[in-house]
Amino acid sequence: MTLLKHTAAVAALSLTSLALGSGPAAAYKVFISNEKENTITVIDSEKLEVVHTIKTGNRPRGIILSKDGKWVIVCTSDDNRMQVYDAETFKYVKDLPSGPDPELPILHTSGNPLYVSNEDDNLVTVVDIQKGTIITDVPVGVEPEGMGMSPDGTMLVNTSETTNMAHFISTDGYKNIDNVLVDSRPRVAEFKSDGSEVWVSAEIGGTVTVIDPKDRKIKGKITFEIQGITKDAIQPVGVRFTQDNSKAFVALGPANRVAVIDAKTYKVEKYILVGQRVWNLGFTPDYKLLFTTNGTSNDVTVIDVASEKPIKSIKTGRYPWGVVSGLTPMKAAENGAAK
Amino acid sequence: MPQATSPVPPARMVRAPRKAPLHPRRVFGHKSLGLFALVASLLAPAAVWAGGPPGVAPAETAPAAEAPADVKTLTMLMVRQLRPDRLPPLSLLDLPPKDDGLAGARLAIDDNNTTGRFLKQNFTLELIESEDPADLIAETKKRVEGGLGFIITDLDAKPTIDLADALKGLDAVIFNTSAPDENIREEDCRANLKHTAPSRAMLSDALSQYLAWKRWGNWVLVTGPTPEDKAFAEALRRSAQRFGMKIVEEREFKYDPGSRRSDGGFEQIQQQIPTFTQKLPAHDVLVVSDEGELFGEYFPYRTWDAKPVVGTAGLFPTSWHPAIELWGGTQFQNRFQRLANRTMRPLDYNAWIAVRSIGEAATRKQSVDRKALIEYMLSPEFEIAAFKGRRLTYRAWNGQLRQPLVLATGKMHVTVSPQPGFLHQFTELDTLGIDRPETKCRAYQK
Repeated sequence: MTLLKHTAAVAALSLTSLALGSGPAAAYKVFISNEKENTITVIDSEKLEVVHTIKTGNRPRGIILSKDGKWVIVCTSDDNRMQVYDAETFKYVKDLPSGPDPELPILHTSGNPLYVSNEDDNLVTVVDIQKGTIITDVPVGVEPEGMGMSPDGTMLVNTSETTNMAHFISTDGYKNIDNVLVDSRPRVAEFKSDGSEVWVSAEIGGTVTVIDPKDRKIKGKITFEIQGITKDAIQPVGVRFTQDNSKAFVALGPANRVAVIDAKTYKVEKYILVGQRVWNLGFTPDYKLLFTTNGTSNDVTVIDVASEKPIKSIKTGRYPWGVVSGLTPMKAAENGAAK
Repeated sequence: MPQATSPVPPARMVRAPRKAPLHPRRVFGHKSLGLFALVASLLAPAAVWAGGPPGVAPAETAPAAEAPADVKTLTMLMVRQLRPDRLPPLSLLDLPPKDDGLAGARLAIDDNNTTGRFLKQNFTLELIESEDPADLIAETKKRVEGGLGFIITDLDAKPTIDLADALKGLDAVIFNTSAPDENIREEDCRANLKHTAPSRAMLSDALSQYLAWKRWGNWVLVTGPTPEDKAFAEALRRSAQRFGMKIVEEREFKYDPGSRRSDGGFEQIQQQIPTFTQKLPAHDVLVVSDEGELFGEYFPYRTWDAKPVVGTAGLFPTSWHPAIELWGGTQFQNRFQRLANRTMRPLDYNAWIAVRSIGEAATRKQSVDRKALIEYMLSPEFEIAAFKGRRLTYRAWNGQLRQPLVLATGKMHVTVSPQPGFLHQFTELDTLGIDRPETKCRAYQK
């Protein structure tokens, strides 16, 4: 793997220009939360290098962007709150409240409120991000974790790690609509952008369950097999769909690979070798690049989506956890100047 | 897949009130035996159980009244052998709490019920405890005949297999959470007996793999006088051979522990331990086998040669440690702390896995039928997540739970075994303990 990464790194420059072939690639800011280092690494998606490091509160994990792209919102789990940083200036804006040990936030499709799972409280907290206040708490299963939002904004899906369920919760009145049993230690719930399916990864079960959000029936279950890797090292976490929902990328944890899946047939098409203990995935807004956070090798792997090949690894802070890309291209002046 | 569709009450509302009414009820008449029973919703607070002094009549709470009619209840039985004559360990930090093990079972009942409330399943735990294993066996048998199918034991090895024999042919399965003895997993194994407690061979293999990784290959083995100390020493000898370690000298620590504390004490020990460890051949580590923790803690920092102490003192192998925050363990530790007002010990963890295994089977089968669940837990599909970073399963040839084991000092974990590089055809977890080709267990072969 090291060899491949080195080769990839050496070939990076030529490959990027090839991979992003059609039209000039926009340089986005990609934000990586570093769980152990208490920082956010900011990467220029064109140069594929680190342009800035933001100091944060303790144990930054789940990281998202506000709908207008102006704020980076990160869960600082050990501080039992969230923090907001300016996506342009990287300056601290304010704190947002949460329950104890917030892990993953997600925004309502309208941009507000924000829903955050609190790993230590069996609750999902609903937060008004403008006012900075808690609207309500929704009780869920043991160790709530993954958060998915239906594209029409009516339904929230929360996974609970020990209850092994995906809880479907209406955003209108926060009623528990249904609970779907999935495999052990569910992590991420991700909707297709057309709302037709929600995929739930189960880290210990080693599967991804495909659920129809309309009737909450299980449509399929995806399993993984990699030669030379024992089954219990295949631990799916991050799930992302391409823009046209034709393919899914699934991070497989200590298997050190990202699976590429045909999102219609649920067939695994290939495995992309990345860094160690790959947790979470994030596209650039043009869906041309996919960044993977590699928890124990302290780097991100950049995957060219068109060719489905890793093109570079970039060193981050210690224990990179979450990833989100800025919405707007970097301005020429600040590109690299923010160092 | 069936799914719960009825409105689900919020978590806060299904919890039992903090002060549940107590209804004392003596189950056994022998006061001298200190046997008492408890029928309790495990949602009830720890204080309900811990409240009474030893020998006091049992407490009972009545949670069933809250459960709607269509909720199915699965009741488990915890069987605890009280061992008042067992000598306490040296350190005040290590004194076992009264609910050692039991609190872990109670947390698992809580966790089972969190899932159960979505699936219309309710889990409860009954408890019997006594100094006399014969009484425990008789009472357990009675309850199994009355319909209980899931028994969680904290018993010595001999009563564990006696209980298994007493329940032979009945629809019941026993989870051994405490006895590490090899024989009850090997030549004396029983088909109705599973083990969540790691065996001595698993523990010694976990330690030896790390010492092999460190290339600390020359050991001095110091063994205490008890049969348990000798059994662990035997496991260490086996592991040493298995992983290419060399025991350069063995010494027996013949020692009458006397009282645990005295107002003086350290002055003499400071003289005794260097004297005892004098004139040893060149070695890398001093391995202590002292399962009762009666003298091993005297060795670190007192040996003649400046060598690390490992084994049952210094760096020791264990299924759980109160400082573990790996694998999402923080929330698990916090939940336990809130429930029991103390930190989680290995016995708690072993009991937690046992009760969670049963809950997991009930969840997956959407059933509380004991026959169906016992059968399912014997199938290769059955697996459980238990804060060890990977799925755990039970060995098909002797019912032993496979699991990564932690090597720790009193304060913190140092590493987790299996160590990198110890490979296995099927799962690296089977590099710990007696593997399928070596097993003497025949009871699981149908």
